[in-house]
Formats: sequence, structure tokens, C-alpha cells
Amino acid sequence: MKKRTLLKGAVAALALAATPAMAQDKTKVGFVYVGPVGDGGWTYEHDQGRKAVEAEFGGAVETVYVENVPEGPDAERVITQMALDGADLIFTTSFGYMDPTINVAAKFPDVKFEHATGYKTAPNVSVYSARFYEGRAVQGTIAGRMTESNVIGYIGSVPIPEVVRGINSAYIHAKKVNPDVQFKIVWVYEWFNPAKEADAAKVLIEQGADVILQHTDSTAPLAAAAEAGNVIGFGQASDMAEYKDGPRVSSIIDNWAPYYIARTKAVMDGTWESTNTWDGIGPGMVGIGEITDKVPAEVKAEAEALQASIASGEYHPFTGPIKKQDGSDWLAEGETADDGTLAGMNFYVEGLEGEIPQ
Amino acid sequence: MDLSSINWLLLLASLMVAATPILLAGIGELVVEKAGVLNLGVEGMMITGAIAGFAMAVESGSPALGFVGAAAAGALLSMLFAVLTQFALANQVASGLALTLFGLGLSSLMGQSYVGLKPPSTPKLDIPLLSDIPVLGPVLFNHDLMVYVAIAIVAGTWAFLKYTRAGLTLRAVGENHEAAHALGYKVIAIRCAAIAFGGACAGLGGAYLSLVRVPQWTEGMTSGAGWIALALVVFASWRPWRVMIGAYLFGGITVLQLNLQAAGLKVPVEYLSMSPYIITIIVLVIMSSGRSRGALGAPASLGRTFHATG
Repeated sequence: MKKRTLLKGAVAALALAATPAMAQDKTKVGFVYVGPVGDGGWTYEHDQGRKAVEAEFGGAVETVYVENVPEGPDAERVITQMALDGADLIFTTSFGYMDPTINVAAKFPDVKFEHATGYKTAPNVSVYSARFYEGRAVQGTIAGRMTESNVIGYIGSVPIPEVVRGINSAYIHAKKVNPDVQFKIVWVYEWFNPAKEADAAKVLIEQGADVILQHTDSTAPLAAAAEAGNVIGFGQASDMAEYKDGPRVSSIIDNWAPYYIARTKAVMDGTWESTNTWDGIGPGMVGIGEITDKVPAEVKAEAEALQASIASGEYHPFTGPIKKQDGSDWLAEGETADDGTLAGMNFYVEGLEGEIPQ
Repeated sequence: MDLSSINWLLLLASLMVAATPILLAGIGELVVEKAGVLNLGVEGMMITGAIAGFAMAVESGSPALGFVGAAAAGALLSMLFAVLTQFALANQVASGLALTLFGLGLSSLMGQSYVGLKPPSTPKLDIPLLSDIPVLGPVLFNHDLMVYVAIAIVAGTWAFLKYTRAGLTLRAVGENHEAAHALGYKVIAIRCAAIAFGGACAGLGGAYLSLVRVPQWTEGMTSGAGWIALALVVFASWRPWRVMIGAYLFGGITVLQLNLQAAGLKVPVEYLSMSPYIITIIVLVIMSSGRSRGALGAPASLGRTFHATG
């Protein structure tokens, strides 16, 4: 597999090098993707954002992207190549690109970098992420109401705070509407591996789960749910609307377009500054996909009410009293979690079983 | 931990499904290696079979045609390897690796317009009486046809190599191609046939992934299955039934580790995730220790270039 990625990197580098050096006044924006643009999930939505940037600025902006870039040394090579090739702004769209981005940014002080879902910044590196956990709260509510077996399967990707936050948020809200609910969590250690995701979904279904939540990027778990019949799931990162007639009852949609357009504009105007953006349902960075008719009207109304109260800022998904898994107090009655704790969340809340792989 | 939440019958049944792709690819590679050729391009042929089978099934609406197309595509791609190694006398290891790279690239090109589509479903055979047997029925006799085709190919390969004259010739070519050539056997033709068979089997294995196991097309979806199939052949010391044991062992542990995770086993998840690979390595080490290398059964001419002189 190493060979393959090397080749891909080489091909990508060639493709970039081959792009004719256009007139210098064009702003060049690069995107580095962890999966293929056709994954139907995470990378697909980032690419939609890229297309929106092209549509917004037309001929004034040129965009380039490289897909299937593994997290690690290969990423550093690809990002370096993009910077060498004259990109003015580079979006690196996976958590594992954090250190490569910081390393490359140090070498190219004039290029602006934007790293998704990370926490390390520099004078020319911004970070941005979405408060997916707000969407998970809505998802958890629907899941808790819809499950008949009271077993909800959760496919975890890589054990980082973002994923743990999602599990906690979904669990808290599922438990709120259904005290008997139980979460079964399987880690697949990859963001994108359809065969493994499908296996994980099948195993969870075999062990009694009738709702599958996923934090992986492909539609394979939905395909597995469709095959099993009486199981529902949710679109992850993208609407995954092709499963609307089947298991998909709603989805969490990442909407990066407004942010990408704003940041590109800032580079063009020369007003770009290193920032730390973390937006949720309110500003529209996290969207909730249409809730289908499989969900009873009152549950749908409940979910939408929750969505509205989160959007307005009236309700925070992590509002006390909440205890940690070990029984110690985390949030007192009415207290809400601060962003620092959320950003580094490495513990389960009370009631979840199992341990977070360290 | 709550082991009772694991449905052992379903686990055994899904083990057979999880093992089928590597079983098909592995048995094909076994025949290739028995003929004295080392084709490291299994991964590339598998993924090409996966997209070719998927495309064929989607366009025609028939999974059966999909599998036929996958086998044809795998065999066709393997002919590239055959031309390079048998006629141009290129290095087999390098050619095989190149075939894998080529197959991965070719498949993502071919697959551009097939992302997000759903293939026609492959029906499960409900064998009337057999599938009603308690316990054994649902485990053994309630699968799609390909699971049994894979087993039939293993049985056929075993019988072919052991009992037929053609099988003996093929083995002779793999053991000592100079001697086989001196006896008047067409070494190159036999090897090309073996390579085509290996390609067809790898293609079938790939199509099983995209049409049954996942079932959808995504780039790079074989994610290393071809390499596991290659290891299986060594693991099996070049014996057909052992390939099957190895495939079921690997498939079984893969499924079991996910089951154990979901059941909340108190073992760090990292160990569970690596367990299929660890156990495969351990078994390999045990099987290859304490005996002479010859007893392992590697064909003597494996990987050596044949050039007919005189």
C-alpha cells in the first residue's frame, strides 16, 4: 500500500507541476483530502466547498486538490508540493494533517494554511472545525426514540476528541429520551475503509443494534443496514440521500462552503489572519438533513425543537448535571462545558461502557 | 464483558462471507505459484475485478454476469503480467508490484461514474432441506452461490493437482522448468494458463467484495486483501485445503475481533485490531519451524525466469 500512495503522491505532484503557471494575479487555493472526492461523505463535502469557491470567484481563483492523501509523511510531501507550486491558501482537511501542516507552514511563511479539526495554530495557520456534537445531540434523540432493541451501535473511526465528543453527545441525548438505551462501540481505526465499516455495521446488527451511528466516511454502513432490513442509520458528513428510501432517517451535513468562500476572500483582500473557528448549527456550518417519514411526527418535532434551541444558543448539548464514566462530577446542574474541555475531551460520560483506546 | 450477546451462529456464517474474497484470490495464486510463477499483482487484479464486476452487474442488472465480467477482467489484466514475465522475461517481483499499482489506478479511473450506486443484490441460496437443519443449516447452507463456488474451486484445484495428468505437468513445470521443457512440455503456455486462472480467481474475489460483502464501489476498497491472499499461499504451504483453513481462520478472527469489541471485552482495542495479522504470523512461524524448507512445499522454480535455450 505504501507503494501505491507513493505513486499517487508522485502522480499528484506531476499533475500539480503540469498545471501551467497562470497569470500571477489569480489566487490559487489548494485542498488536501484524506479520501476520494467520491466517498459520498466527508471528502465529498469538502470538495463541494471547493466547487463553491470556484463558482463564487470565477476566473479570479484557481483551485487544485489532491485526494486519498494518507495522514503522515505523505501528507507533508503533498502540502509542500502545493506550496511550492504557488498556492496562496491551502486547506488541509483531516485531523492527521495537523503536524504536517504546521511543519510545512513554518517553511512557507507567505502561504496561508487552514487546518480542519485540529488545535495547533501559527501566524499563518488557522484552524477550523464544526460543532458536530450539536448534530449528534439531535441524532441521539432520534436514535433513542426509534430503537426497539434499546441497543445502538456506534462505529468509531479514530479515537480523537472529536469522535469521543460525538459519542458522548449522542449518548446523553439518547439516554435522556430512553433511559434503557445501551451503546455498543466498535473502533475501526480508519476514516475510510468500506469493507471494514460494513463488517463493523454487520457485527453491531448481529449483536442486536437496530440503530447504527457512524463516524466513518463511507456509505458502507448504510448499505449494510439496508441489507439487514429493520435497521436505521444516519448520513454522516454528507446527506447520503441515496439511502433515503432505505435506512437513512436523517443526517449530519457539513457545510464548508461559506467558510471557504470567506477565507478565500480574506486572502484576496489581504485581510487574512490566523483564527480559530468552531461553528455549529447556528451559523450553518452543521446542517441536519431532512428527517424522513420513517420517524414518527412527534419524534421529528422533538428533534427539530432541539435543533432550534441549539441553533439559537438557548441550549448547550453538554449541560449539567453530567458525570464522567468513573462516576466523578464533571458538570454541575445547569453548568455548560467550556470549549477547552470539549476540544480535548478524552473521557466517556457516565453510563457508557468500555474504554477509549489511548 | 457480555459474551452471550455474540450470536455464535451468525458469527460462523459471517466468517464464511468474510473469508470468501481472500479464499478465491488465494487459491488462484496457489495455482500460479505451483506453476513456478510468483505474481505479486493479486491486489491489482482483485480491485480491477471489483470494479469490472460492479460495472457489469450494474449495467446488465445481473450479478452473475458481473462475476463473469470480473473473472474476465482479472484474467485479462494478468495477461499483461504474463507478457512481461513470460515473453519479455521481466523480473516477476517487479512486474507483479507494477501490476498492483496499475490495477489500483485503472480501477479508480474505471470507477469514476460508479461511485454511490447500488449493485443488484446477489440472492442467497435457500437450499430446501439442508438450510432447515438446526444449527448447521443457517451456518453452512444459507449463503449466496459464490461461497460454494469458492469451495468448489478449492476442491477442483486439489483434485486437479493431485489426480490429473495435466496437474502433474503443471507441478513439474513449477518444480523444474528445464526438465519439463526437455520432456517436451510447453512451459510458457502452461504458465500463461496458470496466470490467467490466477487472474480470474482474483477478479472473482474482488467482485465478491464489491457485489456481496460491502456491497458498493469505492476506490481502494480491497485495502490489502490481495496481500493477505499472497500470505495465505505461503501459510498453506502450497496446499489447496490449507488455503481454505487459512482464509477461514483469518476471516474468522477479523469478524470475531469486531464482535468482541462490540461485546465489550476488556482487552485494549488495539490488540484486537491487530490480532488477525498477529495470529496469521504466529501460525506461519509455527508451521515453517522444525522442518526443512523443502518440506514446506515451495515449488523449486518459484519466481525463476525461464528462457528456452537450444
